[in-house]
Amino acid sequence: MKTEVGQPGLVIPEKDNERVRFEGLTDEDLAQCVHCGLCLNACPTYRETGLEMESPRGRIYLVKAAKEERIPINETFLQHIFLCLDCRACETACPSGVQYGKIIEAARGEAIKAQPGGRLPRFLRWLVFKQIFPFPGRLRLFANLLRFYQNSGVQGLVRKSGLLKLFGGFGQAETLLPKLSSEFFAAPEAEVVPARGETKRRVGFVTGCIMPYFFGETNRATVSVLTRNGCEVVIPKSQRCCGALGVHAGARETAQELARRNIAAFEPYGLDVIISNAAGCGTALKEYEVLLENDPEYAERAVAFSEKVKDISEFLVDIEVDTSFGAMDKRVTYQDACHLAHGQRVRSQPRELLQSIPGLEFVEMKNSDHCCGSAGVYNIVQADMAQRVVAPKVQNIENTEADYVVVGNPGCMLQMDNALAASGVSTRSIHTMELLEQAYQAAESNGHADSDA
Amino acid sequence: MDTRELVARLQSVLAEEHVVHLPEDLIVFERDASIDAQLPAAVVFPRTTAEVSEVLALASELKVPVVPKGAGTGLSGGAVPEENGILLSVSRMRDILEIDVENRTALVEPGVVNLELSSEVKHLGLYYAPDPSSQYACTLGGNVAENSGGAHCLRYGCTINHVLGLEVVFPGGEVAWVGGKAPDAPGYDLMSAIIGSEGTMGVVTKILVKLLPVPEAVETYLAIFENVPDACRAVSSIIGNGIIPAALEIMDQVVTKAIEEAHQVGYPADAGGVLIIEIDGMQEELDEQRDSILSLCQEAGAREIRVAQTAAERETVWKGRKGAIGALGRLAPNYYIQDCVVPRTKLPEIMGFVEDVAARYDIIIANVFHAGDGNLHPNLLFDVRDGDQVQRVIAAGEEIIRACIDAGGSLSGEHGIGTEKQEYMDWLYGEEDLEAMRKLKRAFDPDWLFNPSKVFPTGEGPHAAKIHIGKAPVHATAAAVWK
Repeated sequence: MKTEVGQPGLVIPEKDNERVRFEGLTDEDLAQCVHCGLCLNACPTYRETGLEMESPRGRIYLVKAAKEERIPINETFLQHIFLCLDCRACETACPSGVQYGKIIEAARGEAIKAQPGGRLPRFLRWLVFKQIFPFPGRLRLFANLLRFYQNSGVQGLVRKSGLLKLFGGFGQAETLLPKLSSEFFAAPEAEVVPARGETKRRVGFVTGCIMPYFFGETNRATVSVLTRNGCEVVIPKSQRCCGALGVHAGARETAQELARRNIAAFEPYGLDVIISNAAGCGTALKEYEVLLENDPEYAERAVAFSEKVKDISEFLVDIEVDTSFGAMDKRVTYQDACHLAHGQRVRSQPRELLQSIPGLEFVEMKNSDHCCGSAGVYNIVQADMAQRVVAPKVQNIENTEADYVVVGNPGCMLQMDNALAASGVSTRSIHTMELLEQAYQAAESNGHADSDA
Repeated sequence: MDTRELVARLQSVLAEEHVVHLPEDLIVFERDASIDAQLPAAVVFPRTTAEVSEVLALASELKVPVVPKGAGTGLSGGAVPEENGILLSVSRMRDILEIDVENRTALVEPGVVNLELSSEVKHLGLYYAPDPSSQYACTLGGNVAENSGGAHCLRYGCTINHVLGLEVVFPGGEVAWVGGKAPDAPGYDLMSAIIGSEGTMGVVTKILVKLLPVPEAVETYLAIFENVPDACRAVSSIIGNGIIPAALEIMDQVVTKAIEEAHQVGYPADAGGVLIIEIDGMQEELDEQRDSILSLCQEAGAREIRVAQTAAERETVWKGRKGAIGALGRLAPNYYIQDCVVPRTKLPEIMGFVEDVAARYDIIIANVFHAGDGNLHPNLLFDVRDGDQVQRVIAAGEEIIRACIDAGGSLSGEHGIGTEKQEYMDWLYGEEDLEAMRKLKRAFDPDWLFNPSKVFPTGEGPHAAKIHIGKAPVHATAAAVWK
């Protein structure tokens, strides 16, 4: 019996035939993949499932087949495209230079347009990506409500009630919610934080949309480390969410709008460098040039913007960081956030920073560049796979017997801390900048801080 | 056999999630890393020997063809499914079952990734020697099926030299062990018949392999030549002088340029040929070999010889070399990689011929090969959407194969025959030879169900290389062009 692949009638609904499909994705982008398979074992979901459909090579083939209308864009297609963590480990493994991120993100955009999932997830996605993240005011309101929820005792009641089960993956997300920062990271009124001592550089800082609420400490540490290194830090008030979550989820138009606003927010300051301290945001910001490549008004401005974006660890090593750190009697290991190691090729710099802290014992864990399963909202919408992916990570961290697992992305911190706690492992995550700030403070409390005036 | 009925029967022996049958899923299984494609009826993912046995018993009962598959990184079409057949993937059988340090062996399941075995035993000072370029992803089961080689096979040999025993499920579902920890079992060497049989005799479910101690010292050199034939002469003279390095690998300018884009190894843009030389062993041994190797290279015309200074530099060299085939994707969407072997001394002449063929057919041929073994890998680059170019690629490929056989060589060094080279088997073997091989297969697979349309010439007459990539099948109508 013949299979039905490639038969007409299975394909995309007629009403869609008018518009451009797989916007931004050319046949050449797809032809770059020669099907060699060297990416397979780099892929967390392939390692877990052994399924070609859950591998980079397989997903590219699916996208190609869908674009050629050999297969329909249906629920099955969506499942494979959305089970991808978008961790980009395959890009590191690929000898042919396939831009996998571009392919998967275009496919997600297409999938959402063609057939947006079930009703409740669709509503939640709309609520989260279109109604909350893009608007700082609503995000603040949401954070305040959440703080009330966490502090009032309602959280305990809800967790006991079983109510969360009704929300599927989003219900599981509730248990992943970190405790909100006791003090939100409020951008200073003046939008500019002066350098300590002589001003050597002027840099922009992308605060991240949820970072101020959940990771206020990380942001404060980042700004402090920057000012200690002679940087005047510009924090434009009109900046928005970077759009990464939207791009990953297929909400490309929302992401494009956010990108335009951020470019406009930073442009007037004439900065040379724009700093991100979240790997996922950093990659998205560096890829604005792809996101807006077909926007006549913004294409060039996006290229100029993306060229300026640097991860904080990348930047600090570039400017030869002030190493007047105090001694820290800790054992640490380092987790390569996917969007740092694979997305931005930043691997050596964070390690270099850690190794310059006296007394700090640095041990590599096995497979430090394997994804932890956090992947933006992945651990919320694909909770089962996220748990499978994090299991070997917990084991590898435990084997190092480290006090801290250092990482340059907030999402990874949540994911690993939850998994470590659940497994009874005492190691906790810490952002690279918080550790650096602690090391500076250690120097100060030891009374030989001499570098900052 | 109706597909729905077959799927239902498979689901009666395997859990539902271990049977893939939706057409929109099956499409990703139609190819391996070669240039052929065919949709299967279903793909199964057994986890145990018992499950493999049940699937094979069912296949025999229903007379459904079976193709075993590892990672699908093979280059000759060995894992391309059979029409209306079962594709049996071992990707969920990936446990390392035993590491016996004293006997230096490991017992593994067939889905274990080649490089993962070496990583797993590294802390014991051991490794698994055969290192196909796809070792980051390919499985040991696939390596056994294809008798895979690799860059370091010059000194260490191919898969067959490192396997001690196999658990095999034969057609019909019978399970047996061949070989074992004790060396040289009496009687026929069935294990050697199965290794390299390309999935035509059964499914390997456990593999007992040798582990070697990591060499005390390793040195890697890059010798830069004006052209590939000069580099080939250096290879012959090194081996002719009684030195067997661990690896002798040549890359031409097309390849070094593509690798350079991917990995920034630092190859000079104008170098016609680069020879990678790696020696390993005791430090004293290396000290003795180093000077002679370097002077032999200079005599052959090397204009520069670089030494990898650190382990990281060495790793970059190998990463580039092992990703070379994939890196060709930077130049063209498709490649047709050949695998002929010639006596080493014939290399300069053959490489000159390959260059001539490329010019005559107006195609790009990229060369990256195991020079020490006389094993060529001309990569004929093309775009499957260009029908005329596809025809030229097939014609050029046949000329190269013919020339290698005429030079006293053979069709394949390590990639297997599969579908890619099956029509050329009777260029190398007479009908009596092929019939003897068919009899051997029938002894294991009397119903001719295992990878049934591979390896042997189809008897379709013309030498039609199969290039079917995806929807648009480009089946060369070779009859009009040759013979």
